[in-house]
Amino acid sequence: MSVDEKTVRRIAHLARIAVTDAEVPHLQGELNAILSFVEQLNEVDVEGVEPMTSVTPMVMKKRQDGVTDGGYPEKIVQNAPATEDNFFLVPKVVE
Amino acid sequence: MTELTHLTIAEARDGLKAKTFSAVELAQAHIDAIEKARALNAYLVETPEKALSMAKASDEKIARGEGGALEGIPLGIKDLFCTEGTVTTAGSKILGNFNPAYESTVTRNLWNDGAVMLGKLNLDEFAMGSSNETSAFGPVVSPWRREGSNVSAGASGAIEGTHLVPGGSSGGSAAAVAAHLCLGATATDTGGSIRQPAAFTGTVGIKPTYGRVSRWGTVAFASSLDQAGPITRTVRDSAIMLRSMSGPDPKDTTCVDLPVPDFEAAISRGVKGLKIGIPKEYRVDGMSPEIEQLWHQGAEWLRAAGAEIVEVSLPHTKYALPAYYIVAPAEASSNLARYDGVRYGLRENGRDIVDLYEKTRAAGFGREVKRRIMIGTYVLSAGYYDAYYVRAQKLRTLIKRDFEEVYAKGVHAILTPATPSSAFGIGEKGSGDPVEMYLNDIFTVTVNMAGLPGIAVPAGLDAQGLPLGLQLIGRAFDEETLFAAGQVIEDSAGRIELPQAWWA
Repeated sequence: MSVDEKTVRRIAHLARIAVTDAEVPHLQGELNAILSFVEQLNEVDVEGVEPMTSVTPMVMKKRQDGVTDGGYPEKIVQNAPATEDNFFLVPKVVE
Repeated sequence: MTELTHLTIAEARDGLKAKTFSAVELAQAHIDAIEKARALNAYLVETPEKALSMAKASDEKIARGEGGALEGIPLGIKDLFCTEGTVTTAGSKILGNFNPAYESTVTRNLWNDGAVMLGKLNLDEFAMGSSNETSAFGPVVSPWRREGSNVSAGASGAIEGTHLVPGGSSGGSAAAVAAHLCLGATATDTGGSIRQPAAFTGTVGIKPTYGRVSRWGTVAFASSLDQAGPITRTVRDSAIMLRSMSGPDPKDTTCVDLPVPDFEAAISRGVKGLKIGIPKEYRVDGMSPEIEQLWHQGAEWLRAAGAEIVEVSLPHTKYALPAYYIVAPAEASSNLARYDGVRYGLRENGRDIVDLYEKTRAAGFGREVKRRIMIGTYVLSAGYYDAYYVRAQKLRTLIKRDFEEVYAKGVHAILTPATPSSAFGIGEKGSGDPVEMYLNDIFTVTVNMAGLPGIAVPAGLDAQGLPLGLQLIGRAFDEETLFAAGQVIEDSAGRIELPQAWWA
């Protein structure tokens, strides 16, 4: 399988990465190089093989459902580019 | 007396205990060496004041007869581990000013044991790379040079000539350890990022079993593959450092509740009676005769030390790398979704929220990272998920099964080359086709896919005078056998030391 220019733009939008017209052909070439490299996986008969979900078999750890951390909103927002009263600021989302 | 920066961690530990020198003197010697080595670009951030205050506290503890396993030992920290109050960039512009309000479990464990922080080490952006060339803050210069090479520090102190890469993604860690800019360094390994740079720089690096070390507070790349470990100058030092880094952590549900063995005690076990497998599928086309020869030599050393050498088969080996380049980007595309210009990091304003996201991520991520996010997005997208992602996860099951079958036949560890070649020059690989760079990880990536431990140990020099490494792969949670066998290789090969500090 390989991707065309339109698909490259669609993936970029899904991934929320702006791409310029000049970048599209390069990205297309690089993505297709990777896709052609992974093509060889089709040689393998994977009928009846379980897809891996956990590399180390282990029981999920559980704990009491309670608050164990928090209470420092100023730390949470300390690296945010724009804040007000410990809220993150974004452009208007709802009209 | 040996220069303080040339000590091993074990020697420094003994010297500190015997009060031959102080932790402050040891830290200062490293701070001076780091200052003279800025042209290598190994450190992104130097923290000399922090180092000296931590060292002073260590000296006080040692004076009282107290102190942890790493008391007063100066270390470099890969800039992927969040360090409270010290900028953590992951080698990316998008986190250029990120100042964590918390400490990663790995670094917390190290400080609890008395270690001293010298600074944050350069890396490929978000640990995606095999040469340290994708760092947003410039590549790391390998302290190693080919024989007869023209690489030198010019009159201005800048590097002249075509230098070698230290490998990646833990390139700053490997370069700093090899160049004596720290006694040991933390590193992380998703597809070979500890073992490949260790092999390129003549250092020892171990990726422990998935789940041995907590991932909490370490910037995530591919969560089912990421695992932290040390890079050091000896096998013993790796054993000492890994013990401090490891252990259960309630903050990481994939970190196992197993006791951490005394890894250092394991190095003197030897390999008598152990069965070491040589996988025939690792004899790849185009492998250099030098690597082939070294591999053979490694098997002979282990045999001479009492191990039984057997040929084994890992039939799905060739599919590990292509499967990795589906699984790792898929997880990365999900993990890196958090860099949105809202909660932390870089922000580029846009006409609406989606435009803000797209512009921020376009400006903040480098080319390799964008490429991997896009591949990951594609293989997880509707209509392609089964064909790519599910198939890759099935291959992963088969790759792991290969190892399980070999271990079930009584094999204790597997010996392979660490890399298909010695270090290459900057700009030599991957400029046209990204896959050319990816092939560096063919011998290491299987280990991440199967969640197993793997150690790279320097085993010799090639005709150009550059280090080559061998890799040992172990059973899950049996790092001890890797330390035992790694020590045999180190003893047989002799320690590989950098010829000179040509940059200083």
